Amino acid sequence: MSDKAAIDHKTWFTPFNAISGTIIIIGIVISILRFTVGLGAVTHLSDDNPWGLWIGFDLLVGVALAAGGYVTSAAVYLFGMKKFHSAVRPAVLTGFLGYSLVVFALTYDVGRPWRLPYPFIMQQGTTSLLFEVAGCVALYLTVLFLEFVPAPLEWLGFKKVRELAVKLTLPLTVLGVVLSTLHQSSLGALYLIAPSKLHPLWYSTYLPVFFFVSSIIAGLSMVIYESALSHHYFADKMDAAHLQESEGVTLGFGKAASLILAGYFTIKVMGIAGGDHWHLLGTPYGLWFLVEMIGFVALPSFLYAVGVRNKDVTLIKWTAAWTVLGIVINRLNVSLIAFNWHLPSARRYFPHWMEIATSVFIVTIGIVLFRFIVTRMPVFYEHPEYKD
Amino acid sequence: MSISRRRFLGWVGAAGMGSVVGKSALAAGNKHFDGYHESLGVLHDISLCVGCRSCEAACCKVNELPVPDKPFTDKHVLDEERRTTAEAYTVVNKYGVTGKIGPSFRKIQCNHCAEPACASACFVKAFKKTKTGAVTYDASVCVGCRYCMIACPFEIPAYEYNESFTPRVMKCTMCHPRITKGQLPGCVEGCPMEALTLGKREDLLKIARERIRKYPGKYIDHIYGETEMGGTNWLYLSNVPFSDIGMREDLGVTPAPELTSGALSVVPLVAGLWPVFLMGIYAISKRKEIVFKEELDEAAHSRTKEDI
Repeated sequence: MSDKAAIDHKTWFTPFNAISGTIIIIGIVISILRFTVGLGAVTHLSDDNPWGLWIGFDLLVGVALAAGGYVTSAAVYLFGMKKFHSAVRPAVLTGFLGYSLVVFALTYDVGRPWRLPYPFIMQQGTTSLLFEVAGCVALYLTVLFLEFVPAPLEWLGFKKVRELAVKLTLPLTVLGVVLSTLHQSSLGALYLIAPSKLHPLWYSTYLPVFFFVSSIIAGLSMVIYESALSHHYFADKMDAAHLQESEGVTLGFGKAASLILAGYFTIKVMGIAGGDHWHLLGTPYGLWFLVEMIGFVALPSFLYAVGVRNKDVTLIKWTAAWTVLGIVINRLNVSLIAFNWHLPSARRYFPHWMEIATSVFIVTIGIVLFRFIVTRMPVFYEHPEYKD
Repeated sequence: MSISRRRFLGWVGAAGMGSVVGKSALAAGNKHFDGYHESLGVLHDISLCVGCRSCEAACCKVNELPVPDKPFTDKHVLDEERRTTAEAYTVVNKYGVTGKIGPSFRKIQCNHCAEPACASACFVKAFKKTKTGAVTYDASVCVGCRYCMIACPFEIPAYEYNESFTPRVMKCTMCHPRITKGQLPGCVEGCPMEALTLGKREDLLKIARERIRKYPGKYIDHIYGETEMGGTNWLYLSNVPFSDIGMREDLGVTPAPELTSGALSVVPLVAGLWPVFLMGIYAISKRKEIVFKEELDEAAHSRTKEDI
């Protein structure tokens, strides 16, 4: 009896559980502080810097990296690329978890989170791009839930409801693409109102287009990167179809990412030309801009192309991780690094360690939930009773 | 309420005329809003300000804000450049200006834009441009997203970060409750130098122009706030360049709402046309599949024929 307990204990105490458990405990302590003492106790937010890491990373990066859901489902269900079918469920799951956590993170950032429905039920501030973002994110979260719900329904054995949910696939996919186009671009458009605060190299009237196009890149790269990680950790959960299609997904998505990165590079250059900001490239901000443009846009576009040409899956996977990092840098540049660039350094923002810990805590919740779901529900494999 | 036939026809006629004459509120329309004509404003003549901080003291008192640790008579506070905070709707800063003997002082507070960025950015309409000229804030609907603070080009709204349950955005209200009662705003009343003048914005512009004309060489020939960000109800006259006293001259004349109206106008287009476009792509990919299958069948069929 005692032996058995010891064994149970041992199997439960894995490095993954230990690390994620510690992060979650720290996260809970900070959460209590945040919701009892206030934002001032756990953040470095100020009157000059009202948006910090929780908007820059949790919202902007979170939404961009969760774009894999609409990108993959559009490719498979609308563009008829059926060979990528096995990639849909993991991508939709990531999207659903990603958006859920974005909303969860927002409850930390806004002053009175219980009022989050107010823009819809009290007064509609329709002149605000944030209104559009809020509306689209709320609707899209619902869409993602409905897109993902067949998996838990198969797991629970609710056949009839599952049939109904599957029938909605096409309209949901269309709605998902429409809503994603709108709010991915609107997140960039949020900054259109502040030309005097965002550095001219990042400020452009094309900001909404930049954000939308780069969200496709983020979605494609996340699917590749995640698939690489999943193959490492969850290979035993994958069925033959998933394993067989996986290389094709990596090559196909890598090819698309290479092309879209090239297009993105072009429109970014046009943004500089349109504003005639060439002379700013020689300044420190200009050099940082060039690092982003050459290191994280042009280079991955080239590496993806080489990887696809040589069928070098390893190179594509590393490039995907690099591109994801590039998206993180871009979103942080717009929201934090190049924002308020005109202020003296004493009035600039650097996150409090508790803000960083909260973001890590939220990402950890996402990983734990992802792991919980894929080890139980048919995500990496087709349920034997529901083969379409 | 009973509606007579005549009145009903009148309404129909009015609606018809309305749609013909059309008062379009479209982003790209011809409509131009140049502010409420009867609205009030304040003219701040920077050349008259001596940095006594009486306006700060008066503001603190009438708005019942917390009294700061250092008294308002302490002039050392001016050695550091300050901005508005949740505890101070207005602050005075001291600037050394090259080529001028003695420092210059400038009072900072909400400029009460004709078309406010904060009101345009707010997704619950917590901010309102009133006909009195004041931009007011309603804490009872505020979610606390702080997008108003991102949007404000003058860096005015502040937030109560240390309030755990009822944090508010804090900013000057032009003493809206007082001016609607016919009283002066606290700061205007408190100023011993008459550096602040309350009046109709249109009259203030005339006064400002008159001062520039009367004292040639004294003032910079520009009324700050007349056109900045589409115009503000707080106006400034200065005897030193505005950029030397921390006022941005690169804000442009475009009202903040116009900066985002283009992006907003795309929303209905995407919502309307994207589904059509996407279903078109779907139809093409579906048809390709059908044709492929037909050709496959045909090939198989002819193969069997040959075999026979």
